[in-house]
Amino acid sequence: MCLLNMDTVWTKKDLLGLEDLSREEIEHILNTVDSFKEVSTREIKKVPALRGKTVVNMFYEPSTRTRVSFEIAAKRLSADVINITSETSSVRKGETLIDTGRNIEALKVDIIVMRHNYSGAANMLASHLRASVVNAGDGWHEHPTQALLDIFTLKEKLGQIKGLHVSIIGDIAHSRVARSNIWGLTKLGAKVIVCAPKLLIPAGIEEMGAEVTDDIDKALHNADAINVLRMQFERDEKAAFPTQLEYFKAFGITEERLEKAKKDIVIMHPGPINRGVEMSSEVADGANSVILEQVTNGIAVRMAVLFLVAQANESISKDAR
Amino acid sequence: MTLLIKNGRLVDPANNIDEVCDVLLENGKVFKVAKKIKANAAQVIDAQDKIVMPGIVDMHVHLREPGREDKETVSTGTRAALKGGVTSVLAMPNTMPAIDSPENLQLLKGIIKRTANANVFIASAITHGRNGRELVDIRRLKKEGAVAISDDGSSIDSDQVMSEALKIAKIEKILVICHSEDRALSDRGVVNLGFTSTRMGLRGISKESEYRRVARDIELARKCNAPVHITHLSCRESVEAIARAKQRGVRVTADTAPHYFSLSEEDVWSFNPNRKINPPLRGKADLKAIREGLKDGTIDAIASDHAPHTENEKDIEFERAEFGTIGLETELAVSITELLHPGLLEWKELVAKLTLNPANILGVEKGKLAIGCDADLIVVDPDQQWNVEKQGFLSRSKNSAFIGKILKGVVEYTIYKGKIAYQRRA
Repeated sequence: MCLLNMDTVWTKKDLLGLEDLSREEIEHILNTVDSFKEVSTREIKKVPALRGKTVVNMFYEPSTRTRVSFEIAAKRLSADVINITSETSSVRKGETLIDTGRNIEALKVDIIVMRHNYSGAANMLASHLRASVVNAGDGWHEHPTQALLDIFTLKEKLGQIKGLHVSIIGDIAHSRVARSNIWGLTKLGAKVIVCAPKLLIPAGIEEMGAEVTDDIDKALHNADAINVLRMQFERDEKAAFPTQLEYFKAFGITEERLEKAKKDIVIMHPGPINRGVEMSSEVADGANSVILEQVTNGIAVRMAVLFLVAQANESISKDAR
Repeated sequence: MTLLIKNGRLVDPANNIDEVCDVLLENGKVFKVAKKIKANAAQVIDAQDKIVMPGIVDMHVHLREPGREDKETVSTGTRAALKGGVTSVLAMPNTMPAIDSPENLQLLKGIIKRTANANVFIASAITHGRNGRELVDIRRLKKEGAVAISDDGSSIDSDQVMSEALKIAKIEKILVICHSEDRALSDRGVVNLGFTSTRMGLRGISKESEYRRVARDIELARKCNAPVHITHLSCRESVEAIARAKQRGVRVTADTAPHYFSLSEEDVWSFNPNRKINPPLRGKADLKAIREGLKDGTIDAIASDHAPHTENEKDIEFERAEFGTIGLETELAVSITELLHPGLLEWKELVAKLTLNPANILGVEKGKLAIGCDADLIVVDPDQQWNVEKQGFLSRSKNSAFIGKILKGVVEYTIYKGKIAYQRRA
């Protein structure tokens, strides 16, 4: 593993979404993930790539797995990590996001990892700061590291992304995971189908490059992989579906439904799963499920992303000097 | 006090003039317009290669006073207006308090009298506190000097209240201006519904929420046989609705704002809060329809919808940011850049949409340069290029959707009441 080569493909100080990235940039991240994955299998799970760097996890929305994953990733790169949540920060005192960002930057922080309930919050923060910003999910907009780890897992399982049929099933309208996956997968040459009850398919999604259906069997037919999204029944939205059981009957992934699908279909879920809503327990724990591998891969993906943005930011500030 | 403007290309659609002419001003009025004027004027402006035209009459401006002086005041807003070549504005009534009573209108009139740097016409609200339910005393407000009534951002949902307003307005000969939006349909949206709202992960504002309310407002005006003006058209279907109504003889007029014929929804994809506007920036086909509507006369006027907001209200998360862009200082240049230079409108057509037409719609004696008319006029260099920069604005707020753009067309002089009220620094 060589970390000393100056990067020529990756020059961005931030990772805000997959929409902004070229195919080459996405492939470059995935290649970088390869070299970091091995670190987590060592007895001493640590490399010095970000030694002396400080990473702040700024989470304005509840999250366990993403925050922990970023924290572990940063620590395995030897960075110092601080976690801030909106309950403990001065957001409660009415500070604006830009002010919070500037204050954190004034503490000489190198990377801010942010989860925010407003779409575009990471874009706004990044445009005001010299520090790197990594989007850990903003509103319904993007969740780039989740899509990258989904894509990385798929690539591991199926060899290449180009030519794959991937169906994304569930609440597309409110899903940043769906959006980032559509951008990433289509850029890499996969065919993407989104499948949801009609009220949960947002207007104009075809223009992002996805096909649309509300027929679950059609979404499963011929699919090489499915990415099953969490139904967010806790949301304060007009009911798009009457009950969880109704949803399970109409869209839930069951072994019975999978009988008509490809034998080796890859089943993903960004978590946390509602067992018996999006999928049955048998499917979640079954042979085709890669849900826990996704979680493991998430660390390497986030290590790669943190490493790349830090490196790019260093060369940007060198050029500025 | 005399002022002679020599050698300029005079564009005065009211008198069908577009030729090199001299203009002599005296005591705040146009004294003479002729090929060559020899006069011992106190002041002379050489307008060689420049356009001389009536001052712009902007019929949709938020001056924010009284109540939100942190965003804009009558003083700062009209100073910005002069810089943009605007000599008359129609102040919208969504102030705090709203201009919904003779007392509040008196209050505003006092502020205007003391502090205005340009001519300010007043639009009063249609309902108390713009609540959409109880009509204001339209007759008295007209008497006190309101030239139009509008609940502006709060379109009146009740057909009955709206019909009543139209009927009274017809009797009182005062214009009703509609920001046509069905808020049950636009429900918490922030950008154009469709690909844009979906890719940005934001709630959308459908075109339906606009054009269905446009159609409703037209229909009520037709039934009441009353004139109605629809402001800031943003989409194709609205333009079509206006065109059909005009064909059927409905007394409807319409304006659009510069951002609707120069920007489209793609320009908001970077989450620039200054481009968060209501109605939202629409699709390419809508932009084209707005331009065609301007060309074929369906859209009578251009108005800025100057909507100043402080940085605290704009430089925040996109969904939380206020709607609107400032526009007084860019509307002429955007119009010249987007409509005139590409050949979509000729000078006379463009000037009419910025001056004479809005004046006629409002029923005010502005926007023309015949002898005896108010000496409100501007001298414009139509080819001079400039960069729109945040620091350049005179408005108290800097939230311009056009920051970063390169525009053509600069106001050299603004003459208000016969005096040089603004002069561009060399």
